[in-house]
Amino acid sequence: MTNVIQAKQQDVTICRQPAVSVADHPIYVRGLNHSFGQGEARKQVLFDIDLDIERGQLVILMGASGSGKTTLLTLLGCLRRVEAGSVQLLGKELHDASEELLVASRRSLGFIFQAHNLHESLTAMQNVRMGVEVHGRDALRNWKAACRHMLSLLGLEDRLDYLPANLSGGQKQRVAVARALVGNPEIVFADEPTAALDKDSGHQVVDILRRLGRERSTTTLMVTHDNRILDLADRIITLEDGRVVSDKRR
Amino acid sequence: MITQLLTHVLGRLPIGWLQLTHNRTRLLAALAGVAFANILIFAQLGFLGAITESTKYPYRLLNADILIYSPDTETFAEAGTVPRQRMYQALAIPGVEDARPIYIGPLTWDYAVGRIGERFDGSSTIRIVAADPGGGAFSSSISSSDLQRLRLGDTALADRKTRGMPVKLVGRIDSGRPHEFEANGRTLTIEKLFDLGAGFDADGYMVVSDQTFFRLFPTRTQGAPNYILVTVKPGTNKAVVAARLRQVLSPDDTVVETLRSAAQKDEAYQTTEKPIGVIFGFGVAIGVVVGIIIVYQVLSTDVADHLSEYATFKAIGYPQKFFLGIVFEQSLLLAFLGFIPGLIISLLLYALIGAATGLPISMPFSRPFLVFAGTVAMCALSGYIATRRLASANPADLF
Repeated sequence: MTNVIQAKQQDVTICRQPAVSVADHPIYVRGLNHSFGQGEARKQVLFDIDLDIERGQLVILMGASGSGKTTLLTLLGCLRRVEAGSVQLLGKELHDASEELLVASRRSLGFIFQAHNLHESLTAMQNVRMGVEVHGRDALRNWKAACRHMLSLLGLEDRLDYLPANLSGGQKQRVAVARALVGNPEIVFADEPTAALDKDSGHQVVDILRRLGRERSTTTLMVTHDNRILDLADRIITLEDGRVVSDKRR
Repeated sequence: MITQLLTHVLGRLPIGWLQLTHNRTRLLAALAGVAFANILIFAQLGFLGAITESTKYPYRLLNADILIYSPDTETFAEAGTVPRQRMYQALAIPGVEDARPIYIGPLTWDYAVGRIGERFDGSSTIRIVAADPGGGAFSSSISSSDLQRLRLGDTALADRKTRGMPVKLVGRIDSGRPHEFEANGRTLTIEKLFDLGAGFDADGYMVVSDQTFFRLFPTRTQGAPNYILVTVKPGTNKAVVAARLRQVLSPDDTVVETLRSAAQKDEAYQTTEKPIGVIFGFGVAIGVVVGIIIVYQVLSTDVADHLSEYATFKAIGYPQKFFLGIVFEQSLLLAFLGFIPGLIISLLLYALIGAATGLPISMPFSRPFLVFAGTVAMCALSGYIATRRLASANPADLF
């Protein structure tokens, strides 16, 4: 019986390519347009984006500056309101979503920024704890073990109580990665996470992202200009002037 | 340790506390600002309290249930005169037991004019309060044996707490050596001391007989006392007798008040109408404004410095109320930590001012609570204004 259904689904897949369902795709975008400004100054930056990203993949988003990749990232990351077109993020429609839904959705996401954006007054442990605390009191029950585990995965077990000021650039970025991953996010959004790092630490950080992504089937969407890390991607999407111009799977 | 305690209380990391303690210089400046505002408010309230307290002093000298005085009298030290006729009218009212006139006049007590022995320096502005020594006009704050000494002409009793009175002189009179001095062309002898206290209108009070008073002030007459003191018969309601007196005495030249309400009216006049009271009341308002500005400055700078961190937390999914919580946590911490040194310094200041001026400046039990509540409100208001800056923490700008 199950086989029959699977067979039928395969048929469907063959008939209507590319046939995708929201359930398998944490990110499912149809006809997304976005503009900035009003009236005469209005400028469209994204044009009819259709995009599906499968669970557990490490996807790299490339493009010249001004190509709209950062705008796309903020729209998918619930940091900007979707005004035209449809974005289904983890099965929830973001078009005209309320502020509460956006804030709640962000808690299932992890963010890694170009700058580490660690809180200068908090130690490495406390910074990572902020990624746990957002899930409420219940999540805090085992926060110490969870944070310590995450930091040691990133090779920071002897830097737990250091303030950011006493950490190197690579170490800070790794703390930021730990903060993004400690809450077991479904999707990780990263914006040039390696820009401030040398080749080795950059490669190391992305490698950790990919490894943890495989283990926990976390989807990662990363904007980067960094050619040194392209070999780690499952898929590379290139934007140009607000349109997808290439989509390579590896 | 405090971090752990706050973590437990708040159920989250005390980011406000950690942010404040991260920048020690700014924290110290903020606490100094809050403490300064507290000291300012405490000092002004202390002076206001001293006015209130010292205004009551002269009324404590009097043995009276009801006072009859002139409508132009606003305060004891500058009382107008009332016809003595009214005293005889009052005596005819049912419920009135007795009525006596008292006379008040200003005098400069120049300590340098001592006749024998050591010489002293300086002078004090004195209010002379005079009545018939055997007439029962004075309360038990002056012993009757001391009052009997006033039957002898040109003798006086002085207030031990007179501001500016040399300590040695106090000791001398206490050891039984009367002090002679000259005033208004006569020689007065201080026989004994009593306990009252200095005020804003006078450095001290002196009690003499009515006969001595008329020699000191030849222009004053028996027919025009400053107050008529009325005592009511035991078991009679003062307010009822006062109402009867009001019916008989013309409001054109008399006011009838119970002793307590006359003192309260005097107090209200001193604190809300006389410039000195208004100035201190205004000082309290200035203290509050200074506190609000300092705390707002510190909090809004702190918010501005942490906008990118706050934006990061917003991106992670923290709601707006989380950030309001941080700012209010900071404002409450500033209120609490600034209040403690503010209170301690204020207590020291009270002791210093009290010793230097002889004013009854003291810390009533309720005042620290009142000021603390005000400090919390002040800091919360500053925090509320500072949170408006949070709106500019936009997580979309982080990318």
